[in-house]
Amino acid sequence: MKTYPVKIKVNGKWKEAAVTARDTLLDVLRKKWLAYEVKNGCSEGDCGACTVNLNGKTVNACLVLALQANGKEVTTLKGIGTEQNPHPIQKAFVEKGGIQCGFCSPGMIMSSKALLDKNPVASRSEIREGLSGNLCRCTGYHKIVDAVEHVAKNNQS
Amino acid sequence: MNNMEFLKPASLEDLFQMTKAHKDEVTFIAGGTNLIPQMERGVESPSLIIDVSDLQEMSTITENGNIISIGGSVTIADIAADSIIKTCAPVLADAALQLGNPLTRNRATIGGNLADASPCADTAPPLMTLEATVHIADVDGNIKDVPISKFYLDYRFTALGRGDVITKISFQKQGKSQKGNFSKIGLRKGSAISVINMAILLDFDHDTCKQARIAMGSIAATPIRIYKVEELLEGKKINDALIEECGELVKTEISPITDIRGSAEYRTAVAATLLKRNIKKAIL
Repeated sequence: MKTYPVKIKVNGKWKEAAVTARDTLLDVLRKKWLAYEVKNGCSEGDCGACTVNLNGKTVNACLVLALQANGKEVTTLKGIGTEQNPHPIQKAFVEKGGIQCGFCSPGMIMSSKALLDKNPVASRSEIREGLSGNLCRCTGYHKIVDAVEHVAKNNQS
Repeated sequence: MNNMEFLKPASLEDLFQMTKAHKDEVTFIAGGTNLIPQMERGVESPSLIIDVSDLQEMSTITENGNIISIGGSVTIADIAADSIIKTCAPVLADAALQLGNPLTRNRATIGGNLADASPCADTAPPLMTLEATVHIADVDGNIKDVPISKFYLDYRFTALGRGDVITKISFQKQGKSQKGNFSKIGLRKGSAISVINMAILLDFDHDTCKQARIAMGSIAATPIRIYKVEELLEGKKINDALIEECGELVKTEISPITDIRGSAEYRTAVAATLLKRNIKKAIL
């Protein structure tokens, strides 16, 4: 089994691993670097549970080969907030009931952050469009959209 | 499967050396949004992957007089957000914004969308109405320019030969007198695969439609131009009766199939409705 060295900056720290050409960014994040905040839902780009930020753009980590991310910067949920110091979007998800089972939350929050970074005062329909790559099977989306809208409204005032 | 090899060229010159040496094994990856799921499902098991996603020469949108060129590795998100495309080829910007979802748009590329040769590729109909040229490089670096009307040969089969890569796609800017739009019908609003998609571009001289370009996807083995409807519209003033006639005519010009996303009957009915709606929208 042929392996290749990769070096990827994850949440500000360079990490190294040996990967096969077939390994995805999701594989290396979870299996080699134990970044369990990045969820593995469908492994084929349908659900958005593995959403991470790659060089400034949100992507499905399952749809990027680990070698394609070589030399690049990845931010996961743990790179935007901690339990002691959560990101305002994370706080809003908790306050507005945007979390039920929690499996989609890391991806949802990564996509919400990307949306609000670009459009801090996003409207409800812009929020729905911005989160359209992330599936949630619990909430019916309303409370998730409520949470993101809450942050957008705070940005407005 | 784990024996797959991976190469990443630093330049086009580098790429051609690699493709020449490995012509028969190579599978290209750019955004990977089609290829990786197919590998995951075992439909594709390439022995060698060449990553063209970061090739500088294939990653820019340029404007040269009246011609716009988009590198094969430009992402759909970059096309949707590009100010040149938004103002000079809004029919393509519209389509880019409706393709997949933000996560796929950030990865998927225009070259990949065409090379994948899916009949439902969302960038194909707008590029057909713009009468775009696909610039294809072979393993020796020789470029052939293929009009998009000649790019699709059959179901999942294109003018791309072994080791060929789409370096760029170019087209003339939309004229000020050209009105157009792109729309698609999916099974849901977000991240939908098109059950049917359509682009139209109508050029007017006062009230008269002097040129019509209409292209549809998911209604035949490849995306196609609807030439008969174009001919019907050209040289005429568009009124309700003519629009109805277009709706009837398009039904005889397409050959949709029944699949998990819709039946042939449904697609035929929707094609007529969508066409009528889009012509009305264009002449508003």
